[in-house]
Amino acid sequence: MSENNTRDQNENAGIPAPEGRSNLIDTDYVIGQDNVAGSALGLNVDLHGKVFTISALTVLLFVIATLALQNSVAPLFESLRVWLTSNLSWFFLAGANVFALLAVGLIFTPLGKVRLGGQEATPDFSNSGWFAMLFAAGMGIGLMYFGVSEPLSHFGSSMGGVAGDGGVRTDWAPLGAAANNPDAAMSLSMAATIFHWGLHPWAIYAVVALALALFSFNKGLPLTMRSVFYPILGERVWGWPGHVIDILAVFATLFGLATSLGLGAQQATSGLSHLFGVANNEVTMVVLIMGITIVALASVMLGVDKGVQRLSQLNMVLAGLLLGFVLLVGPTLLIVTGFFDNLVSYVTHLPALSNPFGREDANFSQGWTAFYWAWWISWSPFVGMFIARVSRGRTVREFLIAVLIIPTLISVLWMTALGGTALDQVVNQGLEGVAAASGDLQLFEMLGNLPLATITSLVAVVLVIVFFVTSSDSGSLVIDAITAGGKVDAPKPQRMFWAIIEGAIAIALLLGGGLVALQAMAVSVGFPFTVVLLVASMPL
Amino acid sequence: MFKKILVPVDLAHVDALANALAAADDLAKHYGAEVCYLGVTPTTPTSVAATPAEYEKKLGEFADKQAHKHQQSVSAHAVASPDPVADLDDIVLKAIHEVNADLLVMATHLPRHLDAVIPAHGGKIATHTDISVFLVRQTQE
Repeated sequence: MSENNTRDQNENAGIPAPEGRSNLIDTDYVIGQDNVAGSALGLNVDLHGKVFTISALTVLLFVIATLALQNSVAPLFESLRVWLTSNLSWFFLAGANVFALLAVGLIFTPLGKVRLGGQEATPDFSNSGWFAMLFAAGMGIGLMYFGVSEPLSHFGSSMGGVAGDGGVRTDWAPLGAAANNPDAAMSLSMAATIFHWGLHPWAIYAVVALALALFSFNKGLPLTMRSVFYPILGERVWGWPGHVIDILAVFATLFGLATSLGLGAQQATSGLSHLFGVANNEVTMVVLIMGITIVALASVMLGVDKGVQRLSQLNMVLAGLLLGFVLLVGPTLLIVTGFFDNLVSYVTHLPALSNPFGREDANFSQGWTAFYWAWWISWSPFVGMFIARVSRGRTVREFLIAVLIIPTLISVLWMTALGGTALDQVVNQGLEGVAAASGDLQLFEMLGNLPLATITSLVAVVLVIVFFVTSSDSGSLVIDAITAGGKVDAPKPQRMFWAIIEGAIAIALLLGGGLVALQAMAVSVGFPFTVVLLVASMPL
Repeated sequence: MFKKILVPVDLAHVDALANALAAADDLAKHYGAEVCYLGVTPTTPTSVAATPAEYEKKLGEFADKQAHKHQQSVSAHAVASPDPVADLDDIVLKAIHEVNADLLVMATHLPRHLDAVIPAHGGKIATHTDISVFLVRQTQE
């Protein structure tokens, strides 16, 4: 070393000193070694040749085929979905139980002390920013749509009681229903709703995210789905088996996002037409999706810190305001006591609701639960990768509490406030309009029965839209990282490409009516992924 | 005139930095200034390093090598970011203050149409700092 070298270690303040032991995996693979990098048409690119090309082409082909052959493709996917969720519902239910037990169990194991990124790593984001991001990416929009409509739906079917035809139940009520018993039906419907939005979905996300974070930050493998399979596939994970896993992850993310984007555009349009009489048609929806895509584009350009994090925080503030408003103006006492009642009801019904075998409520356990589980699983590569990326510097225990316990409690509060208020309107105030409205309008009907309806409905529409932006931008970042072989610093035009593609797919399918087919497709991707994830969670 | 020259480097593409590195070295010799190499890494593993700590070590080694080659005083400043592509401009601006640099020597690409949408880092940084900025283009082939 040269004598006049005055390199000063103390100046390296940007990174805290030694990271501690992090058990790096010794592999010959160099991140980005299979990437195509260079400049084309004035654009710099750095992408995984096979994963990017196959994903992009297949997605385009799929959209064209779905639109062109819609009448024959849609029933095909729909029957595939029905077949999967009815014949393999036990598998989805059992799989989700494994994830839930695993995630809860890990909180108490010595692994809980491990810090993502090594013992000396410090968190990249503040607690509020971190939590806002994982919540906004993980659920967001669904809470807006189903917060009112799902409790109402279960309540209606539970009140209807058990109906049968030749020994097969034809009703959609959860468990043994609660015929003509409003209190029991309310309790059961809230338990069933919370079951679908509580521990299980977050456990699925947590397991995927934790595996990714550990393999990336503590083992030094690229931040992409295939890395999780290193213990099972070894070096083969960098070849075709790994390509297939990554491509599947891209599909699940793109299709899941595009479907949600389409469904969300429908809800936002319904809200706008309910509020301002805006035409509830395809033109409005297309304009909305384009608007959402443009904001998402700006957000991915600004990056995780200044784009996604800020929007997610805005989201939390808006959602908090709406929740606080409903809490204060709605049946406050009922909501406060309901929070604890529903939590108890959820815990007491949990064993029966999560039982994978010998279920008599086939319509409910297959049509609702198995469908949700497949849906969450198809979202898990996306949400898992995004949560992993922003969670460096947290201990496993901190991570699990923030990804598992807090969101579950918030879901209970949210469902209790929104769903409970709607149920109160129907049961105690005899306002049938809420129950009679279509799913995408029930939220606005509920708010319409409270004061300041125009303002709160507007906030709700804005929330739906911003939740979409936060899903769309984080999704683009995830797909960009996967298709760049795990590089999170690929040139910006690539992330812009995926943000635009998402909007384009949503528009194409909305116009072509392929959203249902796509939803079925997304759920179908959930099946292979459940197998994949169960295998992947073994090393944990 | 200059005491500390900040030079952002990309350890994955050192060959593309040749002109900027040479210009910084010559200026440092001329003014008797110190060269501070700024490296920005994602928090996730990269082709350069599996962890930010390893990256920091490699940047230090790179700085040592430069010091040895050019017989002058150098320092290294490593920063880890969850999204370096988006945060680079801010990181460089912050680093200018942190290391107290009075000249920035930075490699940049030729102007192109896309710059209207995604501005080049060098140009953007120049408009946001009060120290002198020297943008060095790669030699055209």
